[in-house]
Amino acid sequence: MDSVAQRLSAVGAGAALELRGVTRLFGALAALTDVTITVRPGERRAVLGSNGAGKTTLFNCITGDFPPSSGTIRFFGEDVTHFPPYERIRRGLRRTYQISALFPGLTVQDNVYLACRGVSRGRFSFLRPGQNDALMHAADNLVQAVHLSAVKDQRVAELAHGQQRQLEIALALAGAPRFVLFDEPAAGLSPTERAELIEILTSLPAHIGYIIIEHDMDVALRVVESVTMMHNGRIFKEGLPQEIQSDPEVQELYLGGGHE
Amino acid sequence: MSLAHDARVAVHPAAGAQRPARARPELNNPAAWVVAAILLIMPLIANGFFLIEIFATTMILGIMALSLMFLAGYGGMVSLMQLTIAGFSAYMVAVFGVSGNANISLGWPWWLAVPMALALATAFGTLGGALAVRTEGIYTIMITLAIGAAFYYFTNQNWAIFNGHTGINTVATPHFWGVNWRADIPFYYVVLAVAALCYFAVEYLSRAPFGLALQGVRDNPRRMAALGFNVNAHRVAAYAFASFIAALAGVLQVWNYRQISPGSVSVGACIDVLIIAVVGGITRPIGPFIGALIFVLLRTFALDFLVRLGLDGNRFRLLIGLGFLAIVFWSSDGVIGLWQRWRQRQRRDDSRSRGGHRHG
Repeated sequence: MDSVAQRLSAVGAGAALELRGVTRLFGALAALTDVTITVRPGERRAVLGSNGAGKTTLFNCITGDFPPSSGTIRFFGEDVTHFPPYERIRRGLRRTYQISALFPGLTVQDNVYLACRGVSRGRFSFLRPGQNDALMHAADNLVQAVHLSAVKDQRVAELAHGQQRQLEIALALAGAPRFVLFDEPAAGLSPTERAELIEILTSLPAHIGYIIIEHDMDVALRVVESVTMMHNGRIFKEGLPQEIQSDPEVQELYLGGGHE
Repeated sequence: MSLAHDARVAVHPAAGAQRPARARPELNNPAAWVVAAILLIMPLIANGFFLIEIFATTMILGIMALSLMFLAGYGGMVSLMQLTIAGFSAYMVAVFGVSGNANISLGWPWWLAVPMALALATAFGTLGGALAVRTEGIYTIMITLAIGAAFYYFTNQNWAIFNGHTGINTVATPHFWGVNWRADIPFYYVVLAVAALCYFAVEYLSRAPFGLALQGVRDNPRRMAALGFNVNAHRVAAYAFASFIAALAGVLQVWNYRQISPGSVSVGACIDVLIIAVVGGITRPIGPFIGALIFVLLRTFALDFLVRLGLDGNRFRLLIGLGFLAIVFWSSDGVIGLWQRWRQRQRRDDSRSRGGHRHG
């Protein structure tokens, strides 16, 4: 287990994402304490932990939704600790939200089009996209990739929960993502939809790494190659999925308690 | 006072209703063609009073309210300073152009004074917007109202530029190509052209990347940032665009009355613009013009009507206020919302009766 941690930290400067001593305080409450994580480009990792372990706060610090109180965050070698979220996104970072954060007043197509537009030029363009607009085609392809073509002209407010979750993923895959943070993408999905989600995740291009927060171990352990366990805002264990799964401390803390 | 909230909520049903004909709803709508034709031949039907006091005034107020509709309906930002921006623009036309107050006015020709006024008023509105975007909801309303109130008191007390409470009178209007453009019929067409331009610009922009992104900011600013958008820059740009539209209305207004004084930029007048936009409906660009027509008709004729009932004519605002209450109570998306729901119900009844025939 230590060997994996060593292997991961040895990647050093070539890391996709490198957190050093990241702490986030909310008043007196430390949601994250001294978190140090290194993720290689293309690596797929699960972050596990009970409610309040700091998983979503970790995501919020990485994307800049909340800046960390201390510590540094490097994205492909660049120090992005003090960048606003949109600057990080434009560099290839993406995220999804645990509770779908979509644009309910707009259509599926417009939602995805906005995602494509956000990471390219012409965000302020006063000209309507024409018939051969490259971003419209990109949006079409993304809509198709998440199986939403049939409802692409419907407003998001009218979609079923599972469809909204799929759209949530489509928004995170617009443009040229280099690293994606998935915050409980399987929450509330049916078994069929879970299978589709696993298919989407496993068929991502190899160079796109991700961190996935997922309570469903069947989903999480099928789509990742490493696991970070968090507890009370700290890194508790890091290792391969099977190591984590069979670790008695982890079972005591999370897996055992979670399933009973 | 949850106007910002209402604005956001109101958008959704109407956006849904307009969806089927989303590309250019007005081109497929015969009623829109009829209205356009009537507006074009209005000088043949209406006398000078109706042309200017009713229709030109409606369109000028409509343009001001349209600038608020753009911010509130697409951007979720309720700005109470749109009239102030228009008033600032009107003052600048009077200050840079020709007026009866020769010691203040610089005497520039209108084709220099107007671009200057538009540029300064747009800059003024953009600066106000840059302050306002740091806030949300009710605080946006408060800060823009504060800007409006400050400007009103400033114009009252500043004599060097704004000529205090008397304002600037006998403002010159354009004469060129042998036409007096303030004569009733030419001025009507000038106002109609500017109103149409603003209406179609807002309508077009709503489907362009800038307008779509603004609606994204309205629905979920945090997610917009997580998609690579600089949310505050987008909001400030929306204020800049809306300010330009309001500034255009200000130029028309000062030409209409040929004078501008603090009374035209009072806090009450700022709120009138909000009432116009909300009564008409802030979900679509046509709403503000409908609201302005209702407002102007009430303002003009309620007086006679009330006097005939034996009431004080100055109570016309009571009627407007009651109408406003009724609208926000029954239809959070204004008169166009009522109209849309009525049409939908008709369509449903139609299809139901047709279905019945097929089965029968």
